Amino acid sequence: MQTLNEMEKKLINGWQKGFPLTKRPYAKMAADLQISEAQVIELLASLKERGILSRVGAVVRPNTVAASSLVAMNIEPDELDYVAGIVCAEPQVNHNYEREGELNLWFVVAAPSLEELHVILARIEKRSGYKTIKLPLTKAYHIDLGFQI
Amino acid sequence: MTQMKKRSNRIDATDRLIITATQHGLPLLARPYDEIARQTGLSAQLVKQRMSAMLENGIIRRMGAVPNHYRLGYRANGMSVWDMEEARIDDIGGLVGGLYFVSHCYQRPRCLPLWPYNFFAMVHARSKREVEAKVARIAHLVGEASRSHTILYSSKILKKTGIRLKERREETCSD
Repeated sequence: MQTLNEMEKKLINGWQKGFPLTKRPYAKMAADLQISEAQVIELLASLKERGILSRVGAVVRPNTVAASSLVAMNIEPDELDYVAGIVCAEPQVNHNYEREGELNLWFVVAAPSLEELHVILARIEKRSGYKTIKLPLTKAYHIDLGFQI
Repeated sequence: MTQMKKRSNRIDATDRLIITATQHGLPLLARPYDEIARQTGLSAQLVKQRMSAMLENGIIRRMGAVPNHYRLGYRANGMSVWDMEEARIDDIGGLVGGLYFVSHCYQRPRCLPLWPYNFFAMVHARSKREVEAKVARIAHLVGEASRSHTILYSSKILKKTGIRLKERREETCSD
């Protein structure tokens, strides 16, 4: 687990929303954190490099710019690695988790359109010999205000 | 609940261009919007205007630092799934979606007989025990509206990347 210093915590807790839409946004953050603009940029680069931040930018509402679906599969345990390899090989699979239970392989596919999404799933089914169970979201309830650490 | 209001889902080619150019994050340069403008051929002014409008209408939920829960020690990552009474699901969604430890909260279709659950709430915690305690809090909120629930734990993250609008063939499983 990564340890964070006080400034890093302050930055992460304070800046998960409200990133300025101004010419020099990092300078605005710097004024808030009372450090220099260069220090803010350096800090963000370090957090990104260490994998603590996946990015600094926009969190886009699902199914706005792409068609996506959660998909589950019920795979024989000894074939799980093999099928997971097939799933991961699809560039548009962006989360792939092995989970305990009958449905043991879970992933999210995001494609530019619904048609393309179905093509990807059909390809996975054909290559793996297993069926995919599509569980697209019908409604989102989460108010994404960030995550306090 | 504002996020449940019906809003326009429409984005045009310019919006899409901006989202694609910023999907891996804004550049860590003093003038990041100038750089996006350079990459897209739009003016920095238009980039900011469009991003601001997308924030306004909810297409962009928020802008800022996007942390990786897993790297911050939240490794238990339990997906609680619920067989929820349809008539109550929106009310419950409003409550559960506002809990600080819930990172995703969605209604999804059932897939009977294999999958009876129609409500998902992803709970992040540092241990299985902590996940269970938090799911118990949800169960308390939900009461009799849920017929049954369970928690799915990820035993292994096989791949985790941000959304990709354009195919990137060089992607591998090792991310």
